[in-house]
Amino acid sequence: MGQDFVEVSINVLKLIVIFLLIVQAVPVLVWLERRGSALIQNRLGPNRVGWMGLMQLLADAVKFLFKEEFVPEKGIKVLYYAAPVVALIPATLAFCAIPLGHPIKVEAFHMLGHSWGPYVFPFQGYDMNIGIVFVLGVSSLAAYSLLLAGWGSGNKYSLLGALRASSQVISYELALGLAVVSMVLFYGTLNLSEMIRQQQGVLVFQAFGQMISVPWLPNWGIFYQPIAAILFFAATFAESNRLPFDLPEGEAELVAGFHVEYGGFKMLLFFIGEYGHMMVASALMTVFFFGGYQIPFVNPDEVYQNLTLSLGSSTLASVVTGFLHHLVFFLKFAIFLWIFIQVRWTLPRFRYDQLMDLGWRTMLPWALGNTMVTALVIFILNRSVGG
Amino acid sequence: MPLGGVFFIALFVALFGAFLLWLASRLGVKVNDPVKFESYECGLPVEERKDTKISVKFYLTAILFIIFDIEVIFMYPWALTFRDFLKGGFGLFSLIAMAAFVGIFVFGLFWEIRSKALEWD
Repeated sequence: MGQDFVEVSINVLKLIVIFLLIVQAVPVLVWLERRGSALIQNRLGPNRVGWMGLMQLLADAVKFLFKEEFVPEKGIKVLYYAAPVVALIPATLAFCAIPLGHPIKVEAFHMLGHSWGPYVFPFQGYDMNIGIVFVLGVSSLAAYSLLLAGWGSGNKYSLLGALRASSQVISYELALGLAVVSMVLFYGTLNLSEMIRQQQGVLVFQAFGQMISVPWLPNWGIFYQPIAAILFFAATFAESNRLPFDLPEGEAELVAGFHVEYGGFKMLLFFIGEYGHMMVASALMTVFFFGGYQIPFVNPDEVYQNLTLSLGSSTLASVVTGFLHHLVFFLKFAIFLWIFIQVRWTLPRFRYDQLMDLGWRTMLPWALGNTMVTALVIFILNRSVGG
Repeated sequence: MPLGGVFFIALFVALFGAFLLWLASRLGVKVNDPVKFESYECGLPVEERKDTKISVKFYLTAILFIIFDIEVIFMYPWALTFRDFLKGGFGLFSLIAMAAFVGIFVFGLFWEIRSKALEWD
């Protein structure tokens, strides 16, 4: 986690801040969801508490805190309480591994009679070489929380909801994994920061020994892998149990799915988990297909150099660069979150057999085909270079 | 080494969640009512036990998932090293080897669909 006291404490602080970022983004997203649905359905939505109803969430959180706490008679207490806590962990671990901005370089400095540094702090929880594999592996642990909730509640509707949810999550994981395989093929790396670095500048690629460049498009993954982008985004909807794939919560059949027996703060923790998955999905979309934290056509290193010249201090310039790129990342990220919300209030729900059919018979073969075609194209384009 | 960070944040999140649950359990008013502790089935008297029978299809889906997911996982190292193979001049070998593997994968998927393992009634 670091070599000396300063580095370790900053890294720890960073992890906690990212976690709190997820937690505090949830009320904002819930507000956006309720206001957005009201906008789409031509009504007002929450607008009484505070300005534009923004304080509604604070009021809700306090209300949740003062709700009565009880375990259903037939429930298994340990599992019943473990499930909402476990729901928080996968999304947080995955989100911490995603780069949210340009790494911050801190020059050596003197403090308390010691000289510290120089340091490089990645703008993310931890920079991992296996990046995407870690993210996929950790976020698939979410199925455990669903099953714990379903089994621990001692209610047949909960159990049915949990089973549906977990079998849906695992079915779409295949298409998701294969869509990522084609991205790994294309980038040749598992590291998310490295993938972002490869999306710098304008669209340019090598074909039959010639460089082809399209100066009016940024060098983003979506232009190379549109099918993977669609498959990935669709699969993440199923992974985060959102409409049109929210069968686990089919309230007409299952009351409310795996969280029938949950209320108050436990429910809120499930919400944080669900919205956390949505945020991980949006962040991954940004990183894979839309250039991550980079400003289109602009190299972050040039921004850093120009800022160093105009600001004088390279540490300050690095901090400004980091947060500037974080803002850009946040903008792209927010667009995807809004798409999640808009889709939820636009599309109807699938039937369960249609859902499984879509996952296994449509998306899986398409993802497989996309992977093989990608490999073939890379092979053909590169072969002519050497031969 | 990011592993320390992973364990730290996992522990922190677990403690955070547990603390909030504990706080909520202390703050709320408790009213004892035997009907409240029954499992919720839309207000009707509870009929079934919790170990109610469930469709075997879920089990089948889980098994199929494990098989196919392992096959997908084997494609990751191949995808990662494909460009290195290309540079080393073994691109065709790598491609054909993976095509054979994908052939088995597709055969499995085809067989699975033919044997109606994915039909829901």
